[in-house]
Amino acid sequence: MTTPLLEVRGLRKFFPIVKGLLRRVTTHVRAVDDVSFTVQEGETLGLVGESGCGKTTTARCILRAIEPTGGQILYRTAEDTVVDLAPMSAADLAPLRKDIQMIFQDPFGSLNPRMTLLDNVGEPLLVNGMRSRRDRLDRVAELLRLVGLRPEFMHRFPHAFSGGQRQRIGIARALATGPRLVVADEPVSALDVSVQAQVLNLLLELQTQLRLTFLFVAHDLSVVRHISDRVAVMYVGQLVELAPTAAVFHRPRHPYTAALMRAMPVPDPRVSCDDGILRGEVPSPASPPSGCYFHPRCGFAEERCRREPPVLEEVTPGHFVRCHFAAELTLGVGQHRIGLA
Amino acid sequence: MGCAMPPIPTATEPLLRVRDLRVTFRMDEGTVRAVDGVSFDVFPSQVVGIVGESGCGKSVTMRAILQLIDPPGRITGGEILYRQGATQIDLTRLPPRGRMMRAIRGAEIALIPQEPMAAFSPVHTVGEQIIEAILLHERQDGRRIGRDQARALTVELFHDVGISMAEQRIDAYSWQLSGGLRQRAMIAMALSCKPRLLIADEPTTAIDVTTQAQILALLRALQHKYQTAIIFITHDLGVIAQMAHYVVVMYLGRVMEEGPVDDIFHAPRHPYTKALLRSMPSLHTEARAALPVIAGTLPHPFNRPTGCPFHPRCADILRERCATAVPALHSLGPRRAVSCFLHSELAEPA
Repeated sequence: MTTPLLEVRGLRKFFPIVKGLLRRVTTHVRAVDDVSFTVQEGETLGLVGESGCGKTTTARCILRAIEPTGGQILYRTAEDTVVDLAPMSAADLAPLRKDIQMIFQDPFGSLNPRMTLLDNVGEPLLVNGMRSRRDRLDRVAELLRLVGLRPEFMHRFPHAFSGGQRQRIGIARALATGPRLVVADEPVSALDVSVQAQVLNLLLELQTQLRLTFLFVAHDLSVVRHISDRVAVMYVGQLVELAPTAAVFHRPRHPYTAALMRAMPVPDPRVSCDDGILRGEVPSPASPPSGCYFHPRCGFAEERCRREPPVLEEVTPGHFVRCHFAAELTLGVGQHRIGLA
Repeated sequence: MGCAMPPIPTATEPLLRVRDLRVTFRMDEGTVRAVDGVSFDVFPSQVVGIVGESGCGKSVTMRAILQLIDPPGRITGGEILYRQGATQIDLTRLPPRGRMMRAIRGAEIALIPQEPMAAFSPVHTVGEQIIEAILLHERQDGRRIGRDQARALTVELFHDVGISMAEQRIDAYSWQLSGGLRQRAMIAMALSCKPRLLIADEPTTAIDVTTQAQILALLRALQHKYQTAIIFITHDLGVIAQMAHYVVVMYLGRVMEEGPVDDIFHAPRHPYTKALLRSMPSLHTEARAALPVIAGTLPHPFNRPTGCPFHPRCADILRERCATAVPALHSLGPRRAVSCFLHSELAEPA
């Protein structure tokens, strides 16, 4: 197997909680706690989980938008050397920034309303040394065409565009520097259903055309299933399952993954969703439960789960699960949901 | 394979009839016709789902029913007929701040808002706020009920909506509760005066999937227990399939199609409904294959298309007809209607 484009090893990000007048650190929010995965060149890894599970924090650490507390972020550069992004200084990081870009969730908040599309999309070019306005004009026109917008639009301001069009602008900006790895944080969750499909199709087209690698962060399982080659499921700062998409959806091995799938409301009134609803709520990463973080909500939990934290283990080739009973459990996701009935 | 919702009880007369409702917002930049001739019925103990994308007028319709439209918005036409015993009251004719409307709002027609964090006051405990509603609206033998009794009722409500340690939780502030508990408390508040009609405006949009599943199951159970009529507003077709008996599909302030939930999902008639259902990635679509899309984008409210509002994006457009005339909502049978020239030549009067 070739060296992955990205390998995250034991990534940690703890946020301190300060209390009192002296701002003493009382405890930490373990937002990301020992997360490891690889992303091969040209593939899409979907990162799913509910709010507070650490999926966005993981993405931001990889972009070095925030400082990781520990662990390694190994990136294979275009020159085929592997570098660790985690400890790098801002100056060392600068030349690599153009390789790793981000698409944001909110198409309204992520574009500067006072800049035209030319400046919004062209800014990363300027920052990366494209000084000539003529060159930027050409490149922005090309980028707008690439994402399905008319180049004439470049002198307009973001407010003139709809949510779906703005998300296309955001994608154009992310692609401006010719990145190899694109981190997309919930890129379609703020969009209307009729526009969501257009943006998903665009992302898939661009991936093939430009040989992009995607880290796709989302909470919507049907979107993740549609776009990802492999899926990583997070719960309270940890990876609980990581496997090829088909394996996750046909035979999830972690009770949380199965519960998440059962919880998705199925757009078919003939399918009942009342079975196997998870009790309780997601615990706070500031005070996670003992042992397995999922045990208070798990229907299969035994004494061992309360005491002993499970580790992420490879159950079958390429299928990693963090559960003491991963090999023994047969989990129902409601077979009618995946079209096997 | 069972149905999501239990069978529909056969009702006699509608509890609420919305007839040709029009709401416009007059602004400096132009006039927005947010709701443009919407009609639907709500029968007692039935759940009507209103589904649509942003700008379709679903929330404005809900606010019109509660008479909560703020200027520059105004109800400019139509009727909202609410049945009280043998009489029908047109809510659009009641002064929004008048005694009658205030007696209906909250007590007979209650609201579950989208964001419980914003709906509860942070400086009063959730219990106090529910007790206040009960004291304001509830009567026993024609007299207001006492505070102790109201508190006891609130504790009972908390048990009903599945809040454990109800006696303690009732003295909590909304910010001390988790998202799921807060929404449960909000449901308790909405149910506190035993409303005949409950309006749920995207009640689970702000919460996580596993919590959403719990809240939806709770609403289904409570609906069954109290036989409350519910208008359930959402943009999520999955949620609507699981919650509604009847579905009203809206687009740019107009009803595209309405009918029993099974018909809408298994035999949709309007090109918009069909396209919407096809464009969703589901567990049945082929992974990584291009999804069928609806062309174009939602038009800006100031640039409303002429004719059928969906025609610029429609794949089944009929020459000039769709661009010039507005199709009227045409009945296809009992409680089944569609507004499309493919099904009927019937147009709105110009």
